[in-house]
Amino acid sequence: MSNRKPGFETLAIHAGAAPDPTTGARITPIFQTTAFVFDDVDHAASLFNLQAFGNIYSRLTNPTVSVFEERIAALEGGRAAVATASGHAAQLLAFHTLMEPGDEFLASRRLYGGSITQFSHSFRKFGWNVIFVDPDDPQNFARAMTPKCKAIFVESLANPGGIVCDIAAISEVAHAAGVPLIVDNTMASPWLCRPIEHGADIVIHSTTKFISGHGNSMGGVIVEAGKFDWSKGPRKYPALTEPTPSYHGLRFYETFGDMAFAVATRAVGLRDLGPTMAPLNAFLSLAGVETLPLRMERHCQNAQKVAEFLSKHPKVAWVSYAGLPGDKYHALARKYLPRGAGSVFTFGVKGGYETGVKLVESVELFSHLANIGDTRSLIIHPASTTHRQLSAEQLAAAGAGPDVVRLSVGIENVEDIIADLDQALAKG
Amino acid sequence: MNHDSYPDSYILQILREVRTIAMVGASPNWNRPSYFAMKYLQEKGYRVIPVNPAAAGETILGETCHASLKDIPVPVDMVDCFRNSAAIPPIAQEAIAIGAKVLWMQLGVRNDEAAARAEAAGLKVVMNRCPKIEFGRLSGEIGWMGVNTGVISSKRKKVVKS
Repeated sequence: MSNRKPGFETLAIHAGAAPDPTTGARITPIFQTTAFVFDDVDHAASLFNLQAFGNIYSRLTNPTVSVFEERIAALEGGRAAVATASGHAAQLLAFHTLMEPGDEFLASRRLYGGSITQFSHSFRKFGWNVIFVDPDDPQNFARAMTPKCKAIFVESLANPGGIVCDIAAISEVAHAAGVPLIVDNTMASPWLCRPIEHGADIVIHSTTKFISGHGNSMGGVIVEAGKFDWSKGPRKYPALTEPTPSYHGLRFYETFGDMAFAVATRAVGLRDLGPTMAPLNAFLSLAGVETLPLRMERHCQNAQKVAEFLSKHPKVAWVSYAGLPGDKYHALARKYLPRGAGSVFTFGVKGGYETGVKLVESVELFSHLANIGDTRSLIIHPASTTHRQLSAEQLAAAGAGPDVVRLSVGIENVEDIIADLDQALAKG
Repeated sequence: MNHDSYPDSYILQILREVRTIAMVGASPNWNRPSYFAMKYLQEKGYRVIPVNPAAAGETILGETCHASLKDIPVPVDMVDCFRNSAAIPPIAQEAIAIGAKVLWMQLGVRNDEAAARAEAAGLKVVMNRCPKIEFGRLSGEIGWMGVNTGVISSKRKKVVKS
């Protein structure tokens, strides 16, 4: 495509992929191999020293996985991407590049429960200390800023509560303090929200969800915008700016410039911690992401109708869906998610914990499981499952109180989806 | 030439036509960016001749390092500058004087006046880019690192240089 800037739908199908140069295979092949031959020892040395582009070992790079990485980098409008085994692995690697023991980061307290647990407990073992902040007022991040803070982390559309973050305002706070803004864009997908356009420096996904889209492949990805200057601010990012001992004194930022974060995250984080995306998962996720725009359109249409139905249902106390005009986050959703407010949201059942449990056990079309972003409609009662490691206080803060039910509305016939909820609510 | 946005065809033509590159500011230190670029370009079939007065007479990656462009005894197609933007004007002058066809300034390096003079003398100019990264981008190799090449094509990946 000579002078046209390709549209999102075109990128979703083509970015990063081309017919195989040897065989002409049109679909990206599954390179199910652990290792790749060297031409000679000098070629091997160039690859190990990062002086040549090429494949060594599938823990670091794999041709199927790299097509997926470039695809997502293109869809997010980023410079480069690193795929990982899961969304949690993406978070681990991103922070591994940014943090030193004793460092701190600010995170929205409205996050996926698994992230709250990862940050609160496992990250502390590395000496990385999280400070949770109420994201509704972006200035809360400025008030909580500390000298040792190295990043701000938010979800564009928070799981499970349907909270929309004011990304541009939070990015201003981050940049005034000299730290990058990391946005987990899993729930929105790049079709609904493009955080880099609003000032995000790093975008993270659990690609297990809408990007892959069919509930068949674990995966994560880290996208670097390529705009953050790691050397200028008062805060230090030694993994990027200082000589790296395990690469004989290479300085990543000096050598790789606007893709230094992605290269360092791969060459050090992925190399040493090892949570690589499997080639087969990359293949399935590539097939999935081709239809992301079509799926998200239908997900959002269905979710809107289901939310409207529930908001009028006598057994439903409240619905937290940013697509509803009266919702607290409706204005932010119009700004950041103009094509739709996603298809994952929560509602409260009258009758609390017991009614919530009864509902998830009574559905027949919805699947009762701990995932989101599948073509299938999914339901869960967070307080009894995904969020059960949290304290009562954390449950309330995460929007996962005892009466809360989370839906991930699929792309089945919407009348069937509504009928299933209606019959299950009647049993509660 | 619009130096804020080069068409891929412009960069591709340069990378295809050039054979000999003088690399000003080439370092004998293996972990410096210039060394990375020199080694990569050599592997892609270019002859890269290092220019660095501090290392004149030394051998870098099998090539004798010269103190200045004028000391190079063979014709040079392209001058690649690993120097800061302010140091570019005299290098551009020398590039014109030795009959180079391309003046290339590395990532972060831009000098519009020197570029205009070189273009007036018939040279092609590229600024704020790295030939290694551009070669890797246009050949698709850099996509192996998950980098967004911006290339969309239903054809087999083109060979940049054979």
